[in-house]
Amino acid sequence: MSIDVKKIKADFPIFANTIRDGKPLVYLDSAATSHKPKAVIEAECEFYAREYGTVRRGIYELSARATERYEGARQTIADFIRAKSSAEIIFTRGTTDSINLITRCFGESQMKAGDEIILSRFEHHSNLVPWLMLAQRIGVKLVYADFTPEWNIDTADLEQKITERTKLIAVSGMSNVLGCVTDAETITEIAHARGIPVLIDGAQLVPHFGFDLSKVKCDFLAFSGHKMLGPAGIGVLYMKKQWGEQLPPYLGGGDMIEYVHYDSFTTNDLPWKFEAGTPNMAGAIGLGAAVEYLNRIGWDKLIDHENEITEYALERMLSTDGMTLYGPQTPERRGAVFAFNYKGIHSHDVGSMLDFANIAIRAGHHCAQPLMETLGVNSTARASFFLYNEKEEIDILLEHLKASERFLTDAVG
Amino acid sequence: MQLDDLYREVIVDHYNHPRNYGKPEKWDIVVEGKNPVCGDEIKIYLAVKDDVVSDVHFEGQGCSISIASASVMTEALRGKSLLEVKTILADFNQMLRGEACERCENYSDAIAFQGVTKFPVRVKCALLAWKTVEEVVNSEDGETPPTEVNLE
Repeated sequence: MSIDVKKIKADFPIFANTIRDGKPLVYLDSAATSHKPKAVIEAECEFYAREYGTVRRGIYELSARATERYEGARQTIADFIRAKSSAEIIFTRGTTDSINLITRCFGESQMKAGDEIILSRFEHHSNLVPWLMLAQRIGVKLVYADFTPEWNIDTADLEQKITERTKLIAVSGMSNVLGCVTDAETITEIAHARGIPVLIDGAQLVPHFGFDLSKVKCDFLAFSGHKMLGPAGIGVLYMKKQWGEQLPPYLGGGDMIEYVHYDSFTTNDLPWKFEAGTPNMAGAIGLGAAVEYLNRIGWDKLIDHENEITEYALERMLSTDGMTLYGPQTPERRGAVFAFNYKGIHSHDVGSMLDFANIAIRAGHHCAQPLMETLGVNSTARASFFLYNEKEEIDILLEHLKASERFLTDAVG
Repeated sequence: MQLDDLYREVIVDHYNHPRNYGKPEKWDIVVEGKNPVCGDEIKIYLAVKDDVVSDVHFEGQGCSISIASASVMTEALRGKSLLEVKTILADFNQMLRGEACERCENYSDAIAFQGVTKFPVRVKCALLAWKTVEEVVNSEDGETPPTEVNLE
């Protein structure tokens, strides 16, 4: 293994606790949310215990310290994704909030009835429903790029669907169901050649592969803290400076303003223009600690680990009788998230049965109902892996799947 | 807490061999229920004569708990008056809320679902068919249910 998983597991207090019956936890639902290392939990605790105060408002020492920590976390994030400036990093509540911000600030100011947005057919509801809501509000049109036979975005089809009315391309960087990793670099180049901005939903991509804005020069990038070892309720929106200056603010309130009069206001500098109200300071600091933790392990090693898991899981799952695996069947451009159905057993039964063995997987539509329609299923089970998972956990998963099937059939007298 | 608290043998049996499964030749009321969280869909066909449920069938897709529960329900409701149906549905609901229900012993294999209360995330599965029929019988109270009446 490229990283010492046993050692990494020891950094996560959750794995020291047993959920029931003293059996160890096999956690295969990191695509939904990830667990937290001590470094993150302690960073939040320490902040509340020693440095907590209002940010960018107080005259006193604690406020200055809190501000320094909060803005320090912003710089950590900026460096991590190679943004040119921390003024391009907006803290939000998560990916969903980040995308809703774009539909409000970009959608409502830059688009009008009949204008088009291109999406993929595997968007998470968080990069679909806000656009459907925008369509209801101002009559924009959603256009979908089709799949390649390998279950990725067909970039040629996407290019063909660009029209004079295309105002934004908003696609997921990695599917939370199929695991396919989008060719965001090519898509951004295609779009920019036609003068169209690009939003990447990085909720799945960023935690597992990082992001390099010097390579993928997208205009907007959204991701969440809780899927990358950070706290829940904090997320990021990277917004290219030119857009930050041009777009109107999101929520109104304290801190996003410069001057306020009875009949008007002016907005604050970037990025605070988009951060109204007292922010989730501890969340941002926790996310900064999560990024530092991942950086310390090293992204090359993390990506090697992800690829090793993906290769092994594909090999094992594809050679299992009665297994239908969705998404790319080869490891190229693929992350370690595996949606599957097994021998016609309903995903919720699979989920419950595995739960008895302390194996946590996801079952259902994974917030991608239209994709379920395309796949022709009502639901799937899904196992997703992260740095704290070992290859052996794939074996454990498959062993218990087979036992579940026996239970559901043999139990009949 | 054990696996067979949830998957009692009788439940697995109803799942593997659902009773009264499939679209019947005749019915008076058909009503559809869905559970969007898991994608389960169920259709229930009721034949009603003189305020008595003379026949019940169902079809659909779902997990073992929802299919087995629908199967048990068809047996529990057949031959009952609409008023009795209301009582049975209320009793089953009560049991799934974790309250004692002595009468549930009398409703086919309904009592087997008592263990489901230990698994809060699965209670909805067990209730799908019953909630679906509830929409029909509660229409007596003047509400407009989402049903279509077969005119054959």
